[in-house]
Order: sequence, then structure tokens, then C-alpha cells
Amino acid sequence: MARSIKLRIWRGDSTDGGLKDVVVEANEGEVVLDVIHRVQATQMGDLAVRWNCKAGKCGSCSMEINGKPRLACMTQVASFGEEETITVTPLRAFPIIKDLVTDVSFNYKKAMEIPAYEPPAELAPGEARMEQIDVERSQEFRKCIECFLCQDVCHVVRDHEENKKSFAGPRFLMRMAELDFHPLDQRKTRKQEAQEQHGLGFCNITKCCTEVCPEHIKITDNALIPMKERVADVKYDPVRWLGSKIRKREGL
Amino acid sequence: MTLERHKYDVLVIGAGGAGLRAAVEARESGLRVAIICKSLFGKAHTVMAEGGAAASMGNVNDNDNWMVHFRDTMRGGKFLNHFRMAELHAKESPDRIWELEVWGALFDRTKEGKISQRNFGGHEYPRLAHVGDRTGLELIRTMQQKIVQLQQKDGRETGDMESGIKVFAELTITDILKENGKISGAYGYWRESGEEVLFEAPAVVIATGGVGKTFKITSNSWEGTGDGHALALKAGANLVDMEFLQFHPTGMVWPPSVRGILVTESVRGEGGVLTNTNGERFMFKYIPDVFKDKYADNEAEADRWYEDQDNNRRPPELLPRDEVARAINSEVKAGRGTEHGGVFLDVSKRLPAEVIKKRLPSMWHQFYELAGVDITKEPMEVGPTCHYVMGGVEVEPDTAAAVGVPGLFAAGEVAGGMHGSNRLGGNSLSDLLVFGRRAGMGAVEYVKKNTATPVSDAAIKAAAEKIQAPFDRQGGENSYSLHAELQEVTHNLVGIIRTGSELKEAIAKIAEIRKRSANVAVAGGRKFNPGFHLAFDLDNMLLVAESTAKSADAREESRGGHTRDDFPGMNNKWRQVNHISSFDGEKVNVRAQSLPPMPKELFDLFDVHELEKYMTPEEVAKGGSN
Repeated sequence: MARSIKLRIWRGDSTDGGLKDVVVEANEGEVVLDVIHRVQATQMGDLAVRWNCKAGKCGSCSMEINGKPRLACMTQVASFGEEETITVTPLRAFPIIKDLVTDVSFNYKKAMEIPAYEPPAELAPGEARMEQIDVERSQEFRKCIECFLCQDVCHVVRDHEENKKSFAGPRFLMRMAELDFHPLDQRKTRKQEAQEQHGLGFCNITKCCTEVCPEHIKITDNALIPMKERVADVKYDPVRWLGSKIRKREGL
Repeated sequence: MTLERHKYDVLVIGAGGAGLRAAVEARESGLRVAIICKSLFGKAHTVMAEGGAAASMGNVNDNDNWMVHFRDTMRGGKFLNHFRMAELHAKESPDRIWELEVWGALFDRTKEGKISQRNFGGHEYPRLAHVGDRTGLELIRTMQQKIVQLQQKDGRETGDMESGIKVFAELTITDILKENGKISGAYGYWRESGEEVLFEAPAVVIATGGVGKTFKITSNSWEGTGDGHALALKAGANLVDMEFLQFHPTGMVWPPSVRGILVTESVRGEGGVLTNTNGERFMFKYIPDVFKDKYADNEAEADRWYEDQDNNRRPPELLPRDEVARAINSEVKAGRGTEHGGVFLDVSKRLPAEVIKKRLPSMWHQFYELAGVDITKEPMEVGPTCHYVMGGVEVEPDTAAAVGVPGLFAAGEVAGGMHGSNRLGGNSLSDLLVFGRRAGMGAVEYVKKNTATPVSDAAIKAAAEKIQAPFDRQGGENSYSLHAELQEVTHNLVGIIRTGSELKEAIAKIAEIRKRSANVAVAGGRKFNPGFHLAFDLDNMLLVAESTAKSADAREESRGGHTRDDFPGMNNKWRQVNHISSFDGEKVNVRAQSLPPMPKELFDLFDVHELEKYMTPEEVAKGGSN
């Protein structure tokens, strides 16, 4: 049955803005994105919101709902109380463009800085053989839909704009782990790069990223902590340290 | 204010699988490439593809090869496919999958460590390379990361990572520009700021995907508004066979807000069965004559097939999608559907809970979070949803060049011909890899022989005026309401079952909406204004809907994704006919054109008795075109 709900939407741009209250109808089973669309079609034709698939698969409709970074398409209206006002605001860690849309180009810049996959030179197409169990570790991270909620929630950049330069954020540190765990990747220097160029050391494993991940990827436990352990292995193991000095090996 | 201008060798419109594959090909050949997408980079509808990419690698059953895949594809399309496209697709798909692996893709594996392949409707052997049920995401991400790799290489060589290939995200193209009959570039606007942009390029690849948003119930995202179809028509290209739309048999039906969202065919591939409210496994009643020797007519045999595929026929749940969609539609119409107008799809009785969660993770997630249904314990409620358009830009198969417009190319869902009257599941992801690459190659060859034609000031002025127009109107039509009206018309009159009188009514109504759409007014400014964006999308959808309704009215038979209540059954004479849509500036015109006949070497791949079911006696007697 349709009922009226109270919605509070942040409207404005980089210069000015504020919260606007609206009352809108919601039907059984609807998600927050549905009611935002209804506001758009009936009350605010120029309300800006990003979305694509409306099925939790593309990661476009990221916003903060009652202060929590979430996908609007996967947040049921019914999960809030009948009398509760639902407040929707843009992602806080990124510059505002308009209304609920932010400038997420930071993430695409970071994506371009992560050294690409390096396949074995000798391996012909179709010749690769990998065990399912060996690909599964990286496959978990490749489930990432790049909604950037983890990037938004991570306090390293959320409250410290100045860290953005030297910190790739959970999504891209996980990308580095994914490549490091890839059974065929040939680049041996990923651990040092994660630590020295992309700010792995900033992460103090509060697991906020894991909590907001709509794909339920265990970013901290399965990607970041193992990466930290690998870094520790390379950096602080005296035998390896000596070996790397004597034989001038790269990486391991 | 000065106009933002860019010059490239190749302009790729669309950043889904086909567009990215074309861009990679063109860049690797040394050309400078711009990729344009309406959304952020990496959000294209390809990410929604779940089941897998069909390629006859023979990793699971070594009887598979390109000829078997070719036969399955032609059967699935009821022999209306362009034979050459189906041939190239079947031959080249394995290489395209292996290539993705070289670029870093991580497909699920067989016990021997090869790429695993799964069963799917209409495919004789397990053929779909997959990653759980998120294969499309893997394709997009792999190619996105391949593009980053190319950019890093350019960065090392030139100091600028975006010197050779650049992504223009959240940008809408409103016009493809021509000078002296040849492509000269494209014009559009940044969605973020509303500011206009001119691209000058001798070659344009259209890879904009589908048209699902023309319909009310669809699995497509907001981007599927037929932009490329309409841009191509307006640029003088043709669309072929626009009457053929695939209604995927299994979309979600409840709750209303998720109606239409896709439920992957893999659920049936993994053993899911369809039942009506009487508990009857109804698909056995709907096996058409042409498929009787390939599909089991009883439950015992159908169930044995999952264990022993060599000695049993396939379960009828795995018939091509058009058959299953029509069957579900009939069951619901006969009063054997659920209260929400669907039927039941159940995999919980076939597989243990942990296997379901592993093989169909995103389905589990989707039903649990959006519908409150645990698919490891209960059945899903499903019904048909508009999923894919088989029709599209008429192209030369080998180069993906649009017929009639030098410099224009089209690949992926926006191109027509490959899938005939019905596409097999899994053939879309392989299609966009095979023909995305070929479009890239086609553009490269073209650019080598043709220099860029400068865009004239007159063309720029006309394109700019069109963008400004809705802002200058006061109190005109609302684009949201017109869109909703169009969706009602297509849903009610051009849907899964059609009749002549309703199609004629639809044509009149679409024309009326189109007339009113010329008066759309936009409230607010240019900055990220969805009402403004929809005004342009709407114009594209109206042209597509007109082309579909007119082609559907002309085809007086039922075949694949086109079912006529007043002309039930296939008519072999109609198999020889393609419908060609063109645009005269005012309206879409549809004419019949002969389908190119298969050459002997492909004709001979089939049992002649099978061909007799599809072809006229004269065609069969001729035995191939050469």
C-alpha cells in the first residue's frame, strides 16, 4: 500500500546549498532511489542523482542516507520507521557538483596510477592453467562494483583532504592486493608500491570500508591486512633484507 | 564563450564491452581514440550481464567447435541471422575470451585449470565462460584496466597518460556530423555542466547498446534509450529488423519496484525448474516441432540430462528465450500464474544451499535484499522482461561499417543482423568482443585511407540550437510524462504478443507523442539537469519505437522475438525478408530487403531435413548460394 514518507534532500552546488524537506508517496517494497525518482518526476525535475542499473550491480547511486554511505537502490524504504525522516546527502569525501552528485574523479586518477597487470611473456592465449582455489582470492576483490563507498567512508581521506595525494584508498589498495594475489602476475614490486607510493601504512584497520561494502567484500581482512603482512615480510625480515642487498633482487 | 573542441582519429560512442574493445583495437593500431560514455566509466550496461560469454573452446565437452556454435546460433535466430556475422562470431569467440585472460581476467576454472564453461539455453554443449553470475562486470573491468594499461604506456612514452586514448565520461552525443556525405565528427554536451563539445574525427564507432527504456518493464538501465540507433538513422544509416525484441523469460515480478530486473538464465542452466501455481512443470507442453528431437519430453529424462548429457535430451527450461517467454506468458494468461503475474522458478530443490550461493551469488543477494526471498530455500517469482533488441544498425559483417555512411561503424547490441530473430543467451558478450574488435579494425582501415573532413560552422550552429531549444520554450510538455506515455503504448500495443490493429494504433500514438515532444520544455538550468537529459533520450526512444512498430506491423508471421496473434507460426517465405528502416527527416520508412543466402559450405553444415523446416523447397533445392 502506498503511504506518504518524509524525505530531506540536500540541494545545491559547490557554492551554496541546504536540506529541503519533501513529502512523497512510497509503495510497498520500494527503495530510496525509487522515491527520489518520484520526487524528480513530480516535484523537482532538475534534481541531480546518479544511477544506472537499480539492481546493486553498477555502483552509481552512492550517497549518504541518514549519514551512512549506502547505495540508494539497495536501501529499502521499509527499513526506516514510519515516522522517521529519511535524509539523503551527497558523498562527503568528494567535491559536490550538484544536489546528490559529487565529483568522483579522484578515484579514476588513482585507478590510472596502479601499475597494470603484467602477464607472463611466454604464455600463449588459451594456455593458462590456474586452479579454482588460486583464482578465488583475487576473484573476491574483482566483485567490486566501484561504488566508492569505501573511499568515502575511509577516515584517512574523509576528514583529511591533504591525504588524498598520497593515499589510494581501500578500493585501490585492494586492487593492488588483487594483482599481487593473481596467480600469473609477474610484477614483483607491488608490496613496496602499496606501502611507499599508495599509502597502505595510513590504514589502521578500523574496517569501516568493509562495513559499508555493498558486495560484502572483506576488504580489510582479506586484502589490506594480508598486504600489510606481505609488506612486513619483505621489509623487516632480516634474511630477506640482506638477500635483497646482496643479490640486488627486486621485490621479494 | 568559446566552444570546447577535440580532434581524434576515432571517436567511440559508448563504453560498454563493444565500445571498449573497439577502442583498444584502434589504439593498439596507433590511432588516437576518444571514448564517450553517458555514465561514469565502468558503469555501462554490460556490467549487468550475468551468465557468461559463449565460445566453443571445448573445455568441458570437447565435441564442441565453431560449427556447432554456428548451427546453434542460426537455430536460435530462426535462420534470419546474417550468416556471415554468425560465422565470424562462432569462429572468433574463443580467441576473444583467451585474449581477455591475457589482459588479466579471472574466469572460473575446470578441474584441469582451464576456463570453465556452463550450459545455457539453445547451446548444445556447455559453452559459456563465466565468473559466477557476474561475467559482464569481469569483461568491463578487464577492458577498463586494459585501457589503463595502454594509457600508462602512452604516459611513459609521451609524458601524458591521456595523449593516445581519453575517456570522456558523463557526456551525451546529440548529433553525428557529416560533411559531403562522410563522417566528420560528433556534437554533444557534458551532462555535468550542460556545456557543449565538438569532436572532429573521420571515423565514429557507435556502441551504445540497447533500447529497453522504450518499454515499461525492462531489465535495462536508464542508458538503454536507443541513442545509437537514432543517431545512426539521423546520420543516414539503416536499421535492420527492428521488430525483433527479446523478452527475457525471467525478470523479477515482485515487489513492484524491482519489476523487470533480470534473473539470470544460469538459474535454469544450473538446474532451476519452472512451475505454475498448480505445481506443474509446464515447459514440456511448449516444445515446438523444430526442437522436438533436442529437448526431453518427460521429467525423468530432463533430470537425467544434468548427469549424462550424451544419452539424454535437454530439459525444456533450456529452450531458446523466445520460446520460454511465450510459454510463461501463456501460463499466466491461462490463469495459472501467481497473484503478481509470474510463475515459479526453483533451484532450491536441485542444489544444496552453499552451491547456490557460490554459483549464483548475485542472484541470492538480489532476491534476499530486494524481495526478501531466500532462493536456497524457496522459489523465485519470475516473468518476461524486455531485455535485448536483435534489430540494429545495418552493417558490413567483416568491418562493422554502417551501410551507406562512410566513416560510421556500429558494434554490439546497437548493430543488427548477428542474432536474427532471437539471440541465444551468452552470445551477446561474445558478440561485443568479436564485433567490437572488428569495428575497431574497420575504423583503422578507413582512417588510413580517408583524411578528416573539417566540420562546418553551419553544422555546429544547427547542433547548438537543438540543444538550447528546450530551455527557450515556456510551459511546454514534461519529458517525464511523455516518456511514461510512450512506455504505456509500447507495453500495451508493441509488447510480447502483437496484432495488426494494435500495431497500427501504436504507430498513430507514437506519432502523436513525437509531435508533442517537439514542444518539450525544461525547467532549471543546464547543470546536471535530468529533465534536460531525458528530453534528448526521449527523442531517440520515439524514433526507435516508431521503427519497431512499423517493422512489426509489416511482418505478417511469428518468429523469434516477434509474435503476431493474427499471424501465428513461422512462414518460410518471410525468412527471406529483412526489414530496413530509414529516416527521411520526418518519419521512419520501412521496406523489405532480401536476406543474403548462405554459401554452400555453411549450408552443408546442416542436415537438409532441418533446413526444410525453415526454408522454402526452392531454397533447399538450390543448396547454398555458390
